[in-house]
Amino acid sequence: MRRRLAHALTPLRLAALVYVGLMLLVLVAAPLLAPADPLSQDVADRLASPGGAHVLGTDELGRDILSRIIYGARVELLIALGATLVSMLLGTLLGLLGGYFGGIVEVITMRVVVDVLLAFPPIILVLLAVTLRGPGTGTLIAAMGVLFAPTFARIAYGQVISVKRLEFVEAATAFGAPTRTRLFGVILPNISAPLIVQVSLTIATAILLESGLSYLGLGVVPPTPSWGSMVAQGQRYLSSDPHVLLVPGAFVVLTILAFGLVGDALRSGLDPKSRSNR
Amino acid sequence: MTQPVLEKAPPPPATALLEIDDVSVEFGGGKKWKPVTHGISFSVAPGETVALVGESGSGKSVTAMAILDLLPANARRTGSIRLDGEELVGASEKRLRQVRGCDVAVIFQEPMTALNPVYTIGHHLSEAIRSHRDVSKAEAAEKAVDLLRQVHMPSPEEKVKHYPHQLSGGQRQRAMIAMAMASEPRLLIADEPTTALDVTVQAEILDLVRELQQRTGMGVLIITHDMGVVADVSDRVVVMRDGRVVETAPSRELFARPQHDYTTALLEAVPRLGSGTTSSAVADRSAPPVLDLEGVAIEYPGSWRKSGFRAGHDLDISVAPGEIVGLVGESGSGKSTIGRLAMGLLPVAAGRMEVGGRDVSAGSRADLVHIRSQVSMVFQDPASSLDPRRTIGQSITDPLRWTRKLTSTKACRARAQELLDDVRLPKEWVDRYPHELSGGQRQRVGIARAMATNPRLLVADEPTSALDVSVQAAVLDLFSELQREHGFSCLFITHDLSVVEQLATSVVVLQHGRVVEQGPTARVLNDPQEDYTRRLIAAAPVPDPDLQAQRRAQRLAG
Repeated sequence: MRRRLAHALTPLRLAALVYVGLMLLVLVAAPLLAPADPLSQDVADRLASPGGAHVLGTDELGRDILSRIIYGARVELLIALGATLVSMLLGTLLGLLGGYFGGIVEVITMRVVVDVLLAFPPIILVLLAVTLRGPGTGTLIAAMGVLFAPTFARIAYGQVISVKRLEFVEAATAFGAPTRTRLFGVILPNISAPLIVQVSLTIATAILLESGLSYLGLGVVPPTPSWGSMVAQGQRYLSSDPHVLLVPGAFVVLTILAFGLVGDALRSGLDPKSRSNR
Repeated sequence: MTQPVLEKAPPPPATALLEIDDVSVEFGGGKKWKPVTHGISFSVAPGETVALVGESGSGKSVTAMAILDLLPANARRTGSIRLDGEELVGASEKRLRQVRGCDVAVIFQEPMTALNPVYTIGHHLSEAIRSHRDVSKAEAAEKAVDLLRQVHMPSPEEKVKHYPHQLSGGQRQRAMIAMAMASEPRLLIADEPTTALDVTVQAEILDLVRELQQRTGMGVLIITHDMGVVADVSDRVVVMRDGRVVETAPSRELFARPQHDYTTALLEAVPRLGSGTTSSAVADRSAPPVLDLEGVAIEYPGSWRKSGFRAGHDLDISVAPGEIVGLVGESGSGKSTIGRLAMGLLPVAAGRMEVGGRDVSAGSRADLVHIRSQVSMVFQDPASSLDPRRTIGQSITDPLRWTRKLTSTKACRARAQELLDDVRLPKEWVDRYPHELSGGQRQRVGIARAMATNPRLLVADEPTSALDVSVQAAVLDLFSELQREHGFSCLFITHDLSVVEQLATSVVVLQHGRVVEQGPTARVLNDPQEDYTRRLIAAAPVPDPDLQAQRRAQRLAG
């Protein structure tokens, strides 16, 4: 296991892993790390360039951009992780049940729920949720969680279909394992690798979608800092003070890239075909 | 040496067709090359059949594939391979392609994977014909039918329009042979050509290869692990082990006087029909049977709104305490289905099933709990019947935890160690994972798991068919020992009659889901009453060239 992971870690992936680690640190320790209050305005020093008193400059209201990035990251990650957790639990359960039982259960889980969800354009679905429940972190987590569930469901479904035919699952039945044990104790551990890979990829997608929604004003409610809304505000100063847009934009790109790379690392690290001990 | 009918053994011609001289195959890349075979040398003369024999990992397939350079990208070959004096090592890719299609043909173990599922058999054959002969499509199509006729395919005019999945396994292998024969090759390489086939079909395919060889005078190199097949077809035998040739000898000599210890051990390990070894199990017929089927029918449940498939009809089978019943039959005979029924994995569709004196035909939850307290199972493939994510200790005691007989981790671990000891594996191995074990060791773990619940009846579904012969012998010995010690009854499912003879007190012969014949082992095997049983016994190759030649003559005559 360790050898496999070491083999999958290229310098680029290692850098991505370090970056993701830093992001997680920010999630718990934002108040300690941020140099200033993300909401306090310093109108005298508005639109300051990076360097100087404010490391990454200030925005049009004189708020410290680095602090807003750090607090924004916190919101961003909270939503992305929350949505991913919801979608993983929901999707895996749907896929497990549909794949294992087949028949009418499959029709309900995979066709009625999953396929219908996939037919919705993502933005419309989230728009619907925001309209019904009002914008906010909770709404976003729930809406995006449901939105990303089909991917997990499909991965889990396909894996269950191939794993449930293996003899060790039949052996579990033959030796009297109850259905719950067969599903969660025998099949689930054997299909977990591709699901774990999907987790990191879903986090990246969630960050992108949340940024997009905040950019459209459908995401996190101002004045709570969010990368998407920072980009939206910065747009107006693109020609005079590009850093207001570019700094949060760069963080969105970097973060998505980092989670994507970690996903790649996990994929090759957990892939049974690349196991050195076989 | 008085083999009248099909005695061929021509004097070995002076010039060899294929000469393999000091060939090594190495895997790796860059500067690190790891040899998997070391200096292999042998030859094949025109009209001669050479068998390349060895257990898994001996390097026999790799050696055969090296001849045509069909090795994976990370492998290379060294040494000299000459076909009719022409050097093939270092030959251009273009020349190798010509050799592959034309001079040397290959047939593989599983014809389904070697045939393209989206093309018809006729298309495959026409392609093979047109790739090396300049003929029109119509002529090729005609020739395709002709080739199928030569390999005795039933209704060849129809079969050319069929897709691979529409043919049976034996018919697919015939089609593969027809393709191979399209170019009238001088050498045929057959890589385990009958391993995936039933014995009666195997006999037909081997007869066919022999017939074609006599007609065309081609050389045949057959790769196999089955000493029965070797005795049946080969003139000379090359025995391989761990990438080296341990012995090369004419077939008769090898079987009569093996020179190398390994060959001797290999031959001794092969279970042979009529060897005289019989079961040590003693059935207690005064006590009520452990398993009793009366007029049972078995059905695989159909999918939504489709009726199921009936895989067993009107079965009357009974297993007495301490008895080992061998269930034999070819694929599709329903032998595994009966095993699954006894384990409660399939419902009783009609009739009556009793386990340990209790009627469990209804298949209620309580019935299933009862079955699982009495019956246990050893599966066919130990590589897939153990959960790769659990240690062998966990796997062994899972049945106990699932049925709540043992709950504490400590007690489970202790019991697992005890069971490992029972199956002659080191106790310290409880924390190992299945992939760290060899096939035979894994099957020991499978047996330990089956023993964990102290079952009265053990269902063993082809427990040794995935293992090498020498390993099979050890596992079967262990099985008999455990049966003597613990006295459980057993339903032993196998396609191998010699294993049944060695192990079972009585035999049930199955065909198409019905019992053809049943009775005490010695009676059924020595004096079969039914035609099908006779054919089954006649088709099983015996690892003795002289005896096998007699049997072949008898089979072809009758």
